Amino acid sequence: MSDEFKIEIVNPEKSFLSKKDVNEVVVPAFEGEMGILKDHISIISFLKPGIITIQAKSGEEKYYVEDGIIEFKNDTLSILTSYILNLKDIEKNKLLELLKNAEEESNKPEISDQLKYLADQKVETLKSIN
Amino acid sequence: MASLDDLKKRITSVKSTQKITKAMKMVAAAKLKRAQDSAEKGRPYSEKMNNIILNLSSGISDKETAPKLLSGSGKEQVHLCVVLTSDRGLCGGFNANIIKKAKSYFAKLNKEGKELKIITVGSKGNDQLKRVYGNKIIENISFKNSKNANYFDAEKVGKIIIEKFQKEEFDICTIFYNQFKNVITQIPQAQQIIPLNTKSDDQNNSEDNYEFEPDEDEILSNLLPKNISTQIFKAMLENSASEQGARMSAMDNATRNAGEMVDKLTIEYNRSRQAAITKELIEIISGAESL
Repeated sequence: MSDEFKIEIVNPEKSFLSKKDVNEVVVPAFEGEMGILKDHISIISFLKPGIITIQAKSGEEKYYVEDGIIEFKNDTLSILTSYILNLKDIEKNKLLELLKNAEEESNKPEISDQLKYLADQKVETLKSIN
Repeated sequence: MASLDDLKKRITSVKSTQKITKAMKMVAAAKLKRAQDSAEKGRPYSEKMNNIILNLSSGISDKETAPKLLSGSGKEQVHLCVVLTSDRGLCGGFNANIIKKAKSYFAKLNKEGKELKIITVGSKGNDQLKRVYGNKIIENISFKNSKNANYFDAEKVGKIIIEKFQKEEFDICTIFYNQFKNVITQIPQAQQIIPLNTKSDDQNNSEDNYEFEPDEDEILSNLLPKNISTQIFKAMLENSASEQGARMSAMDNATRNAGEMVDKLTIEYNRSRQAAITKELIEIISGAESL
């Protein structure tokens, strides 16, 4: 029996990615990173800014996401996200711009703790890519 | 009767108008294809989002603690209407249809004694509504600079709406847009987004047992604001496809009418030319006869 499952990543504009030969996916869930294998229990969770790592037969891929919702059901992992980038084609300038925006956001005095936490996560992730 | 020169001028003018409308039709057709594609591509996202929310909200038994975006503020007094129109004209009845739908809804609210607030998205809607409902328009948003409907614009609108809801400036929010059916038909729609209508057709009411992390309430309160942006984005995509469709058929009509007009004018031109020749001949003949 193969231990592969299906993954679908959609953003509002299009279906971003669809793969059928995935062995493992690690997502930055809100309460900590979460690895998903085949036959995982049905789950709904949401994401914080971070890196999605997809281990597939065709190789490993990494994506940067800012937010999202994941749903795992019947061996299909659906990820809805409004902002996603493939780490492979990310450009240095774009990265710096994102980092600058995130830092600005986290340094705003009047934001709530939760937003501050999310912004800090963003900064940390972007720095680790850099 | 118009002189030959005048007729000739008119024919050229109608012909050049025809060229313009024809070009606009072609451009609209190309844009329509793109808008339709992106509307189709955007569909999985809003569908999945909807499914997840339905699954979640059916799990919430206690209405009291449910997030307000889902259950509403408990009142129905102040209505916020978001009217989505285009920024450009020359697209047939596209904007007029939305406005008509919205106006009849406003009239109904007025009769029931409800308070009305309007947000217009797109400059055409604002132009038409500000004459009658100018004092009710609290915000006018326009995305003239963005070429295609994109999610970030929708998110901006969504944020404004949510902010106002949290300040308790309104109780019920409805969005107005045109649903794209085909090139000739666009159906104006009124869709209530706050509180969310979860009473959808319960056909795919599968008894899924999900594990939630964190718990349902937290996910739901995170998800609902996103859903509003998503719904608005969906409406914007439908709208942009409808706009191009409406423009295409309007320009097709205009091109055809211009063609008919050119034909008519050409016949008239030829007739009066012939009449002038005949007149001259008669004059020459009668002149020769009198000699």
